[in-house]
Amino acid sequence: MIPLAWYLALSAVLFTIGAAGVLIKRNAIAMFMCIELMLNSVNLTFVAFSSFFRDVSGQLIVFIVMTVAAAEAAVGLGIIIAIFRNRESLDVDDASILKL
Amino acid sequence: METLLLYALFGLFAALAIGCAIAVVVQRNPLYSAISLIGVFIALAAHYIMLAAPFIAAVQIIVYAGAIMVLVVFVIMLLNVEEAEHRPARLRFLVPTAILLAAVLFAEAAFVIYSVGDSPYSSLDTSAPPVGLTSSIGISLFTEYLLPFEITSILLLMAIVGAITLARQASISELRRAAAVTITGDNAEAETSGFQSAKSNEITPVRTGAIN
Amino acid sequence: MNFDNPLIHAGLQFLGIFIAFNVVLMIVAYTVLAERRVLAFIQGRVGPNRVGFGGSLQPFADLLKFIFKEDIIPDKSTRFIYFIAPIIATAAALMTIIVYPFGPVIHIPFTDISFPLVITRFDVALLYVLGVTSVGVYGIALAGWSSNNKYSLMGGLRSAAQLISYELSLGLSLVGVILQAGTLDLYSIVEQQGKWGGLGWFILRGQFIGFIVYLISAIAETNRVPFDLPEAETELVAGFHTEYSAMKFALFFMAEYVNMFTVSMLATTLFLGGWNGPGVAQFPILGLFYFLGKVFFFLFLYIWLRGTLPRFRFDQLMNFGWKFLLPLAILNIIISATLALFNII
Repeated sequence: MIPLAWYLALSAVLFTIGAAGVLIKRNAIAMFMCIELMLNSVNLTFVAFSSFFRDVSGQLIVFIVMTVAAAEAAVGLGIIIAIFRNRESLDVDDASILKL
Repeated sequence: METLLLYALFGLFAALAIGCAIAVVVQRNPLYSAISLIGVFIALAAHYIMLAAPFIAAVQIIVYAGAIMVLVVFVIMLLNVEEAEHRPARLRFLVPTAILLAAVLFAEAAFVIYSVGDSPYSSLDTSAPPVGLTSSIGISLFTEYLLPFEITSILLLMAIVGAITLARQASISELRRAAAVTITGDNAEAETSGFQSAKSNEITPVRTGAIN
Repeated sequence: MNFDNPLIHAGLQFLGIFIAFNVVLMIVAYTVLAERRVLAFIQGRVGPNRVGFGGSLQPFADLLKFIFKEDIIPDKSTRFIYFIAPIIATAAALMTIIVYPFGPVIHIPFTDISFPLVITRFDVALLYVLGVTSVGVYGIALAGWSSNNKYSLMGGLRSAAQLISYELSLGLSLVGVILQAGTLDLYSIVEQQGKWGGLGWFILRGQFIGFIVYLISAIAETNRVPFDLPEAETELVAGFHTEYSAMKFALFFMAEYVNMFTVSMLATTLFLGGWNGPGVAQFPILGLFYFLGKVFFFLFLYIWLRGTLPRFRFDQLMNFGWKFLLPLAILNIIISATLALFNII
């Protein structure tokens, strides 16, 4: 089998790319996608540990993370659409005051 | 031979995942980012299959690639934001600092991987049965993890209500009328009209984009 | 021959995939011809009958025509996405074929080789089918977006909304069968329907509502009449594939018919007992013919509907999906859970 460390390294790389994306990007949808990328990299470590320790808990946590991601997508995209309606822009710098 | 094949597959899908992840960040057009992200999801699903977790792999494709990203692509198409991001000037002098910090981070990660040394090559407890199958996940989900499961379902309910509230922008009288309908019918109706009102309100930018 | 060797195993699987894809594509080609002939019959016309005997070579003539047509690429289109959209649609349609059981274990006479007529079996086959099907949405949505044409964009948006809505009912309608069978592996689901002398189909064992919901959602998922709003020609010219021509259009066309075929195979596998039928226990090869016969019945049903029904309006489509089909699917889950809990059927 592939050593566990390789999966962890891959996951770390993906997480770093996602975190960099959240910091660099200014488009709300793109930032949202980078957050999804980070969530996925964490999922990879969970599944890798679960598979190596023969413990199902890791996969269940992944399952719950996916549910949270789905809820996040529904609400987050709703907020993005609401912001776009009011500001005609998806740039997060334009949405810097705490009201619509 | 089999080990070599396994390593080749790992390399292939790891390269696909990293390449697509970089593309997510580098692409200026959000739709290209979205497609690259779908690539990452599919590569990770392949990794899950190689880790003997077929159920999670299938759910990954259904939930992430099939539901969440379809919504994202739908919203991108609806809003039709094609303009390239303008990069604010204030980032300029931060770039060297960022490179420095990134180098520190890489050194740290390399040190961790180096100092951990031998990680297990195969499962620690080979006598235990594999855990990735549907039945084992279902059994633990409804026994040991029942409370998180129920909490997640409440979270989903809250998300439905929140999404409808955001998408609707309805007047009070409309909300009162909707509250009179039964719960299932209420959700269905609200979600449907949410779709439609979103469409009818956003049609203008779409059209101008198409004409331009 | 040593079947445990992974390379030989992989080789046999590739062979099986190759055969299955070719057979399915041939069947799809002749479904197109059958559709044109049957529609013509319904409408009191003759239909294509010139190429070959009674029109039997018409699919190949059409293919040649598609290959030699000029491939027009719109000037302002988004090139890369415009190219990959038909590929995504076709690949997603074809990928599900590998999990369907076409027949029971076949024994080749005068040898000791026997094998089941299925390419691969795995634990989550049904989830795999649902996942790959849901990826197929991108083909249509991206085609609509990348063409830079307002009709295409409207078609793509409509199809994304429609497919998301009906995917829910489709998935929920299958839960009843999963509850009764207790597995997601399609081969064992078919095997469990072998009771009652080969007639223990799930549609006869309490899944009638589920079957109806599945059938309606499946027609909506494949964008066929009366749910063909993404390509409603009276409103949207040709919908998402307005700007596509030549081989790229042929790929979309093929994806639609392959989808029809796979959706029919899933209905057969889950509700109509797959290859089960009277006499399969004695003559296993009969199972293949039962299977194909049931699938052809569904394909005929599609054509029949196209010749008979008008198209929905978009608000009717959404209301029907969310207010009628989805509650019905949930009702079916409750009924099936009760049946499964008390072990009634």
